[in-house]
Amino acid sequence: MTQPATPSVATTPPGTLIDFRDVAMRFPNGTEALSGVDVNVRRGEFVTVVGPSGCGKSTLLRIAAGLEKASEGAVTVNTDRIGFVFQDATLLAWRDVQRNVELLAELNGERKNKRRAKADAAIELVGLTGFDKHLPKQLSGGMKMRTSLARSLTLDPELFLFDEPFGALDEITRERLNDELIRLFVKQGFAGMFITHSVSEAVYLSTKVVVMSGRPGRIVKTIDIPLPMPRDPDIRYTAEFAELVGEVSHALREGHA
Amino acid sequence: MTDTVVTETAVQAVAEEVETVRPPEPRRGLGSRAGSAAVTALPPLAVFAFLIGLWYALNAWIVRPKFLLPRPDQIISDGFMNSLTRQQILDGVWQTSKVVVTGLVIAAAIGIAWAVAMSLGTWIQRSTYPYAVILQCIPILAIVPLIGVWFGYEFKARVVVCVMIALFPMVSNTLFGLQSVDRSQYELFQLQRAQRWTVLTKLMFPAALPAIFVGLRTSAGLSVVGAIVGDFFFQRGTPGIGALLQTYARVLDYTQLFAAIFVAALLGVAMFGLFGLLSKLVVGRWYEPVR
Repeated sequence: MTQPATPSVATTPPGTLIDFRDVAMRFPNGTEALSGVDVNVRRGEFVTVVGPSGCGKSTLLRIAAGLEKASEGAVTVNTDRIGFVFQDATLLAWRDVQRNVELLAELNGERKNKRRAKADAAIELVGLTGFDKHLPKQLSGGMKMRTSLARSLTLDPELFLFDEPFGALDEITRERLNDELIRLFVKQGFAGMFITHSVSEAVYLSTKVVVMSGRPGRIVKTIDIPLPMPRDPDIRYTAEFAELVGEVSHALREGHA
Repeated sequence: MTDTVVTETAVQAVAEEVETVRPPEPRRGLGSRAGSAAVTALPPLAVFAFLIGLWYALNAWIVRPKFLLPRPDQIISDGFMNSLTRQQILDGVWQTSKVVVTGLVIAAAIGIAWAVAMSLGTWIQRSTYPYAVILQCIPILAIVPLIGVWFGYEFKARVVVCVMIALFPMVSNTLFGLQSVDRSQYELFQLQRAQRWTVLTKLMFPAALPAIFVGLRTSAGLSVVGAIVGDFFFQRGTPGIGALLQTYARVLDYTQLFAAIFVAALLGVAMFGLFGLLSKLVVGRWYEPVR
């Protein structure tokens, strides 16, 4: 799946799942959302994009998913198995957890017993076994998000795109879900591209943090996070972690000035 | 730090989070439910008692001649207990109900189909929605005589009046429901390259159901109005309760008139209640109105 705005130079390193080259985005109303963005996500990577509100980081993700088309530059996507997790859980209120998780396989025309097996496996992966028959209105915010994660997991994605999925959750639930996500990342082996405006969440989750400036979004700095995976929750209180958070915060401030 | 340790803490975390979740709707005992029913029923019952009292007072001291406002007990004894009148009223209500239900079913079918068509094509909406609005603005009484001329002065004409008066709430509520679908939910379907029809049947239509039921309730009440209006103008065939109202008013039989008015009102309330109940059965399980 390629969107050749300009013919992409055939120098993408092996294992690259998504590659942005000099991408710019202007909306029809003239708003310039992105300018000269180069990002790539390779297999085994978990890349988090942080930036101030309205810097176009969500737009970047939507371009990757194919929900928007870049106005300039080249976007290469080397996989069909893409999971997308929205800001809110986007569950269908009239379907229970099981039937919500089955939805994507159902839309892809899979048979009932096959998609049910996939759903059951995914529900188990996110730790919601036993809640199969619960309706969304009976779930907490965190459990809704787990259901949403499970739904995307049924696609067995190679590339998982997250659009600030935990932004609306309380701190404790958010930290728990961060650990869940890392566990899934290690176990399932997908690559991740994660949007957030929380610096510590970015450092905790990622193998690489991309810092963006205010509108129009440009990339200020890319910072590798050399902490071991899976992460130990207590790593948040180490000097090394604090230093990385400091580095990202500095870059954010520079980009904002 | 090994993989298993993280897995364990994660599982534990889920267990903790799960415990903090509120249990699905705690079942209350029968006693407390009866108690809360009394609390909700008491205020309207008090108002009812007050109004009846006021009614007797008006009859006793204010309204002259008295027969213009017969007492409630007279309405019951002369209106409902009189077997001839009762039979007339019951027959009338039965005829009216047939018109109301037929009109409502047709209005719902046309209204939902129209709204679905508009949601599938913006150009359909742009070109036809103004006419739905215009239809709503036409004073129904102005065109009722014309409906009589065109459709005959019987059942068909009465149903047409119901459809015309009940159509707009069906169209507007269904359209509103279909278009209120969450944008990211729509994109979720788009990401799987779902066909328009799939999006409609699996996402937009179920999401619109609560709004459709609001439309049905409104239209049910309007359909009763339409049937009675139709009776006033079309006397052929088997007229319903509207014709009775006219007859009783003409012969100055006010106890019977009041009895018929009550039954007509009751029909409207019953339709409203029926669709409220239906709505609860169909979408109440999952729908959570914003409080």
